[in-house]
Amino acid sequence: MAADFKTAQPVEYYRKFVEKDVRPDGRELGEIRPTMINIGSISTAEGSALVKLGNTTVLCGVKAEVTNPKSEEPDKGIIVPNVDLPALCSPRFRPGPPSEQAQVVSQFMVEVIQNSGCIDPKDLCIKAGKHVWVLYCDLVCLDYDGNVTDACVLALMAALKNVSLPKVTLNEESGNLETHMQEKWGLNILCQPVATTFAIFDDCIVFADPTDEEENLATGKVTIVTTEEDKICFVHKPGGSPLSDDKLQNCLQRSFIRAREARNLVETTLVNVDR
Amino acid sequence: MPAHRSTMGSKFRTRSSSPMELRPMLSEVSVLSRSDGSASFSQGDCCALAAVYGPGEVKVAKELSDKASVEVVFKMKVGLPGCKEKIQERILRNTCETAIAATLYPRTAIDIVIQEMHNSGSFLATCINCVCMAMLDACVDMKYLVAAVTCGLNSEGELILDPTLEQESDLTALMIFAYESSNFEVIATYTTGSFTSDQFQICLIHCREASKHIFQFFRDTMARKLSK
Repeated sequence: MAADFKTAQPVEYYRKFVEKDVRPDGRELGEIRPTMINIGSISTAEGSALVKLGNTTVLCGVKAEVTNPKSEEPDKGIIVPNVDLPALCSPRFRPGPPSEQAQVVSQFMVEVIQNSGCIDPKDLCIKAGKHVWVLYCDLVCLDYDGNVTDACVLALMAALKNVSLPKVTLNEESGNLETHMQEKWGLNILCQPVATTFAIFDDCIVFADPTDEEENLATGKVTIVTTEEDKICFVHKPGGSPLSDDKLQNCLQRSFIRAREARNLVETTLVNVDR
Repeated sequence: MPAHRSTMGSKFRTRSSSPMELRPMLSEVSVLSRSDGSASFSQGDCCALAAVYGPGEVKVAKELSDKASVEVVFKMKVGLPGCKEKIQERILRNTCETAIAATLYPRTAIDIVIQEMHNSGSFLATCINCVCMAMLDACVDMKYLVAAVTCGLNSEGELILDPTLEQESDLTALMIFAYESSNFEVIATYTTGSFTSDQFQICLIHCREASKHIFQFFRDTMARKLSK
C-alpha cells in the first residue's frame, strides 16, 4: 500500500517522512550515504579511482600525454576533465551527444580544479614552450542514483592522488624526449576540494546528498565545494527555491564536516594501495 | 511599440570613485518587434539583450503536464557554444523557472534567448537582470523579481562591488548572487576563486543591499513605460 501511495502522490509520501525528520531510506536529513573508495584498480591508466556513494558509482581514470603547450601559457600543463553520463547509468540518458547534465558537470569539474588550485599547472611543465604534460581525466558514471557531482569530485581527487608519471627529460643534442620508466613521481596536490550537495524540498527543508528520487522531487539544489582549513572554493546554486542566510550557513557548516570525513577516507585508502 | 529608456546614471558614480557602488545602469524595454517581450540592459560597459517568447507552443517531447517548460539559449558574440555556456544556461533557466509562476501555464513553453552584446566584467549578473526586465515586458506572471549583483574580493580582502573586466583580473574571489524581491533571499549563486565562510556572509549582506537599488530601478523603468 505504501508503494501505491508513493507512485500516486510522491510529494505527499515524502512529506510524511520529513515531518518526523527522516527520509524513506532511513537516513536523517543531514546524513550522507556510506561512501566506498577503491584506488588504483585500472592498471593501464596513470591514476584511477572508483567511488560509490550509496548506489551512485563513478569511475575516474587519468591518462597522461606529452603535448605542446598553449601559446598564451607556455610553461603550464593542461588538465582536461570530462564527465560521461552514458545511457548505461540511468534511463533518463539516451545514447548520443553528451546531455546537458554531462556538460554542466564537466564544466563544474573544470571550475573546481581552477578555483581550488589543487594542482599547480607549472608542475606539469617539461620544457617551457615545447613540451608539457596534459592529464586527461575521464569520469564515467556507472550507476546514477543522484548526487553524481559529489562522487565525481571525490573520484577525481582520489585518482589525481594516485597518479604516478615517469620522469621525462629532453635530450638537448637529438631534440628527442627520453622517458625514464623506473623513475616515477607523484603529483604535488596542494589541496583537496570536496563537494557536498544539498537538495531543497518544498521550499524549506534541506536534505544532504539527495538520491535520484529526491532530486526529481527537489525544488532546488546547492553544491558547496570546500578545501582544507575550511576555505570555500565553489558555491553553486543554479536557481531553485530561495534559501535564507541561516540555512545557507548550516549547509556550509555541514559541508566542512563532510569534507574532513571524505579527506580522511581518501588518506586511509591511499595508505593501503600498492602503487 | 516605442522603446522606453531609463537611466540611473546620475545616482551612481563611475568605477574610479568608489568600490562600493554599482556601475551606472541603462535599460530599454520592447526593443524587438517580433518577440513577446524584450529588453536590453547595461551596467557600465557590460551589455546584454534578452528576448522572451511565450507562453507558446511546446514540442511534445518537452511538454510538462503541470507547468510551463522554460528553455534558455545563451548566445555569445564570438565562437561556438561550449560547456561554459551550458552552466550559464542552467543557472539562468533554473532562476527563471523559480521566478515564473509556471503552474499558471501548463503544457506551454517559454523560450528565452540572451545575446551577449559586450562583456566588460560581471556578465552573468547583467544577463539575469536583463532576463527579468524582458519577462516584465512580456507580462509573464512571476512570483517575484530577480536581481543579480556581483562582488569581488581582492588580495587584501577588500570587497569590490560590480567589478569591471580589468578589476576582475586581480581578484582572489568573485561571487554572483541573485536575490528575489519579496524576502530578499538568495535564489542563485555562482562563485570563482576561494574564500572563507565569513567573507561569504559579508559579501552576501552587502550584495543584498545593492540588489534593492536594482529592484527600484526595475520599478522606475516599468513605471516610466506604463505612464506614457
